[in-house]
Amino acid sequence: MSEDKNEIDEISGTETTGHEWDGIKELNTPLPRWWLWIFYATIIWAVGYMIAMPAWPLINGATKGVLGYSSRANLVSEVEIAKAAQSEFLNKIEASEVVDILKDEELARFARAGGDAAFKVNCSQCHGAGAQGFVGFPNLNDDEWIWGGTLDAIYTTIAHGARYAADEDTRISQMPAFGADELLERDEIDAIANYVASISGTEADSALANTGKELFVDNCAACHGDVGEGVADLGGPALNNAIWLFAGGVDAITAQINQPKHGEMPGWSDKLDDVTVKQLAVYVHSLGGGQ
Amino acid sequence: MAKNPKENKQEKIVLYEARKNIFPKDVKGNFRRFKWFWLVLTIGVYIFTPWIRWDRGPYASDQFLLIDLANRKFFFANIEIWPQEFYYVTGMLIMAGVGLFLITSILGRAWCGYSCPQTVFTDMFIWVERKIEGDRNARLKLEKGAWTFEKISKFSLKYLIWLIISILTGAAFISYFAEAPQLAKDLITLQAAPVAYITIAILTATTFIFAGFMREQMCIYMCPWPRIQGAMLDENSLTVTYNDWRGEPRTKNQKKLKAAGDLVGDCVDCDACVAVCPTGIDIRDGQQIECITCGLCIDACDNVMEKLGLEKGLISYTTLKDYTQNLALASAMNKDEKKQILAPHHANHNVLMDNRTIVPSKVRDSKTNKLFERFKYPNWKLFFSPRNILYFTIWGAVGIGMLVVLSLRNPLDMNVLHDRNPLYVALSDGTIRNGYNIKILNMVPQPQRVELTLEGLPNAKLSLVNQSNEIFESLILDLPPDEVLPVRVYITYDPKELEEVRTNFKMIVTYLSNERTTSAVTFFEIPAK
Repeated sequence: MSEDKNEIDEISGTETTGHEWDGIKELNTPLPRWWLWIFYATIIWAVGYMIAMPAWPLINGATKGVLGYSSRANLVSEVEIAKAAQSEFLNKIEASEVVDILKDEELARFARAGGDAAFKVNCSQCHGAGAQGFVGFPNLNDDEWIWGGTLDAIYTTIAHGARYAADEDTRISQMPAFGADELLERDEIDAIANYVASISGTEADSALANTGKELFVDNCAACHGDVGEGVADLGGPALNNAIWLFAGGVDAITAQINQPKHGEMPGWSDKLDDVTVKQLAVYVHSLGGGQ
Repeated sequence: MAKNPKENKQEKIVLYEARKNIFPKDVKGNFRRFKWFWLVLTIGVYIFTPWIRWDRGPYASDQFLLIDLANRKFFFANIEIWPQEFYYVTGMLIMAGVGLFLITSILGRAWCGYSCPQTVFTDMFIWVERKIEGDRNARLKLEKGAWTFEKISKFSLKYLIWLIISILTGAAFISYFAEAPQLAKDLITLQAAPVAYITIAILTATTFIFAGFMREQMCIYMCPWPRIQGAMLDENSLTVTYNDWRGEPRTKNQKKLKAAGDLVGDCVDCDACVAVCPTGIDIRDGQQIECITCGLCIDACDNVMEKLGLEKGLISYTTLKDYTQNLALASAMNKDEKKQILAPHHANHNVLMDNRTIVPSKVRDSKTNKLFERFKYPNWKLFFSPRNILYFTIWGAVGIGMLVVLSLRNPLDMNVLHDRNPLYVALSDGTIRNGYNIKILNMVPQPQRVELTLEGLPNAKLSLVNQSNEIFESLILDLPPDEVLPVRVYITYDPKELEEVRTNFKMIVTYLSNERTTSAVTFFEIPAK
């Protein structure tokens, strides 16, 4: 840096700033006047903005601004607009029977999407986000239904629950504790367990299974069907397939006959409105197993 | 820090400088004619392109060029581009970029001088100004004069016409984004969307201010392109050049001095080149960032040379290489003319001219009064420099590549997403079911019927949502025109037939009308055995 007055560049006749890098000097070219005006304009704009819009942070919140802008209020109004746009479909769903929803493809798509959202919030805790279920909580994707897989049956189950004391219309079935209450002898239970295992296609003692067949008809067929095909009206699950609510295999079946475990599901008609329950029914039905 | 206080006081430092108004004089000539032609052509294309109609049938717009932001589609003649095909736009931008490099490499700042909207609109606004207020001298007088009624009315009329041009510019811009005839109707009847009016207002303001008042300052202070172009020019690029080797020493009374036996250059210092310059510079100071190479000073100077009976081209498009060579030919070492002249490829004028003087006797034959023939002028060979050929090759390759890809483009596309949760569902009969979300893209403006088939899973059972009782081998689907059809399907299969946990297979979609087909590979998952 030169200590004297900054030198004048020979070629352009402009004063230099005195800064020099590797022999390259910086010209001190004056800024255009309009640039200055724009600079002032931005300052005025900034002041105006601070008055008009929320700007200064305070201990609780911030200054509101005279225009009263609020992103939260914008959200509320946008949600209201979205709700108004949905109301056409919601009204249609409210007015129609569950089975009729499927007749209108657009309405069905809306119901599935709405049901999907409601399922994630209310049902996924027990049935899983993909409705794949857990031990004791049925998988809703498959084609076995304890209480029936038609739209109406699914709707009723969701609305009133299963073994849900607060709802009079709830689905109720109670399997007797054949062992614990000494309704059957130990070897009889063994035989039935082996028979059930054999009809479900898992490993079993065939001699015991033969004995168990007769005992099954006498003691179990009323609820589970003659060949273990299940009775949906009574909530007796099918036993002649690979799908188990708790677990398959002789040991697990024996345990269940001895002292049965029962699941419980709340009825949702007291928490959710009817439109949501209908949408849930359509969604669950759409998962692939609906009948 | 021994500063001299006297010196500091002497010169007041100017921090901000007001713009010096420029009053370009009208000029006639080849470049001016070409600029008018180019102005009408570019503005015409800009204004009228949205109004060209192009029949695409009943399901799509009939606008030749339409950027449909609402539906995320771009229409150009028979080409229809969807958002996921944005690489076509990338290709076009690469072509535009490389094309500019090519033009710059050959013709220097030709973009700035002829095609840049800033130049074109400024030119148009200056034309309006000239029609209303008169040419340079009249305008200078008007500017200095008092605010008479005449001045106010002329200024008002000028601003009004500028404003109308600006509004039309804004309206033309938004016409690319909507149906132009309908939009025009809506705009006039005040039915158009607020965003349309806001966009027009913004573009009106920018056009009015930039072309009316900012003018050359846009190029000098704001635009990055002159800097980039400056870096791209080389000694073979054409630039507007004052050929001082034949112009100097310049003099105002050439004839008198010549008669007196003095050696004089061709430049009569008439300032015609300065008067016509739209950026207000003196080209005789050499190449400068303000120069947009519009060529108007060439026209002005050529007219003067013609009157004087001298060769045209005292100011001309020339390359630095030729210019340097000519300068060397026309100059001599001070005091000793016989010394070898400097190497002609010497690029820097100042280095070259250090200790040298232009000698008019080396320029012009005193007997015939003609320029010697040894001087160099740009010729067609310039266009075939390796750099230009490289740029052209890249430009052409991108263009041909895009054309090939566009001509092979399949208007039918599909995406398949296998369910993640659950990956598979075990059914009561021991079979396994997988779920898939399929999106079929029908990128033509006609409804189409397609068949969805599977390859690699023989006898697989297909079913649809809420219809698990109906089993299909293949599906017939109706695709709406220019839309994506989402389909959710289930596939059921016996796991005993499969060896791997994951079996890849193909989903194929085929137009029933013309057999065009597309496919996607996905997988079928079964539990580990």
